[in-house]
Amino acid sequence: MKPITVVRVVLFAAALTPAAALVYGFYRLYYGADFNALTANPGDYITDQTGTWALGCLAASLSVTPLRRLMGWNEIIKARRMLGLFAFFYATLHMLTWVVFIHYFDVSFMIEDVLKRPFITVGMSTFLMLLVLAITSNKFSIRKLGRKWGKLHRLAYVAAAGGTLHFWQLVKADTTEPWRWAAGFALLFAIRVWWAYRPKLSLAAAGQRANVKGRGTQSQPDRLKPT
Amino acid sequence: MLIKQPPDIRSSEITPKSVYLRRREFIQASAAALVAAGLGTLADEAAAQGGGLAKLPNVKKSPLSTTETPSLYQHITSYNNFYEFAPGAGDGPKANSKNFKPRPWKLQIDGLVNKPGNYDIDEFMKPYALEERIYRFRCVEAWSFVIPWVGIPMAEVIKRVEPTSKAAFVEFTTLHDTARFPMQRTDLLEWPYIEGLRLDEAQHPLTLLAVGLYGEVLPAQNGAPIRLVVPWKYGFKGAKSLARIRFVDKQPLNTWQKMARNEYGFYANVNPQVDHPRWSQAREKRLPSFIANHRTEMFNGYADQVQSLYAGMDLRKNF
Repeated sequence: MKPITVVRVVLFAAALTPAAALVYGFYRLYYGADFNALTANPGDYITDQTGTWALGCLAASLSVTPLRRLMGWNEIIKARRMLGLFAFFYATLHMLTWVVFIHYFDVSFMIEDVLKRPFITVGMSTFLMLLVLAITSNKFSIRKLGRKWGKLHRLAYVAAAGGTLHFWQLVKADTTEPWRWAAGFALLFAIRVWWAYRPKLSLAAAGQRANVKGRGTQSQPDRLKPT
Repeated sequence: MLIKQPPDIRSSEITPKSVYLRRREFIQASAAALVAAGLGTLADEAAAQGGGLAKLPNVKKSPLSTTETPSLYQHITSYNNFYEFAPGAGDGPKANSKNFKPRPWKLQIDGLVNKPGNYDIDEFMKPYALEERIYRFRCVEAWSFVIPWVGIPMAEVIKRVEPTSKAAFVEFTTLHDTARFPMQRTDLLEWPYIEGLRLDEAQHPLTLLAVGLYGEVLPAQNGAPIRLVVPWKYGFKGAKSLARIRFVDKQPLNTWQKMARNEYGFYANVNPQVDHPRWSQAREKRLPSFIANHRTEMFNGYADQVQSLYAGMDLRKNF
């Protein structure tokens, strides 16, 4: 197997584990009579878990490009879409817990919630951003949108900010975790900005380095621009 | 020629609003029942109630108890908030309080009273008859339990310590001891945890100083060895692991009001009409449940007993 295939299989399994753990929790609750499998408040527990993993997968997908540069391993980019789609998958489950557990499909309550409560407004906007990103993540869209695709997919950073803000808004006292997410995303964003605006000289040097390592080609400095 | 068409649906065929609202409730209730059926069978299977802690002797039943079925011991003790042990509801408080020692314990009662005292907890409890009070418990985060507390009516304690005429409020303070409460080493909240009641609220027959649960001494995560229970208010009013009860003339600034005054007030009466800024308080999850399966009642269903305390008050302002 090629190294990238191994990485993708491992990441796929890792990203699916939290969902599998929730399914196993249902099994333990209903067939194993394990009361604390999903806590006494399973709705809130599943909401928290899926929300956290949506952020986690988003962070992982945004780490791919910086990693690619640091490692000089271009192929790793092939893992990015999958991680982004996992972020969308968990965000969808997270949103559905709100639809089902909190509002039980009552559309008028949901609309009221979105309009009245800022943390729901932010959460829903973030979900819609991820929806747009997921819909345009296929090869057809990449070809069709051309240069615009890269610009559109910078929305991932806005979604990361939205997700973090959403987390912040719902926390009562313990802001440690939102702080950590904010710091992580800020670091990833800072790396991107630095690469985009660093002096040309070091850009050329990076291309040289890549060449020396034998992983790059002459055209690489171009390809290192933000995608 | 234009012929006026009759409307497609005659007004007599339109479902009246009250009927479709009822239909929606029916659908919700069926879904809730479906979920509850699954979880309910589990509840039946859990025969033994209690955690194997020391039994409390001579507990008498109280007519103030609800007839609703109490929640499972393991749910009450594994899903609750106690920030001194862990942030957030869940089994954190249970897991982090395994080594908690509720003895020796001192309880100080002072302030504007004729008979202040600093008691050993067991000495303090001696003169009082213990009562079982099965109360509804409504968390501000829209979940609820039915809890069989064992405790001492606060009114009897007040009678004994004789508040002076200047006393208007009662302040309840959780023990501040970083050796016993690990989170007190962090700045998660402003320690110690403080709660307060108006004197007449504290004197109300429903107000309880709980020392037990399901006939046994309180487990650490639920506020051992002694905590406040005010069933018509949100759960956070019930300060746990009390070290001090002080009678004062000014309204105490309770911890959650200090943390977020736009979200948590002094009164914190259960009120389905006044939403939390971030969620509705109209319904609640009677745990265990995936969905909000209960309509929240005014004063948590204790309106008949307590609403006179708040006659003429704007409960939207005094939330």
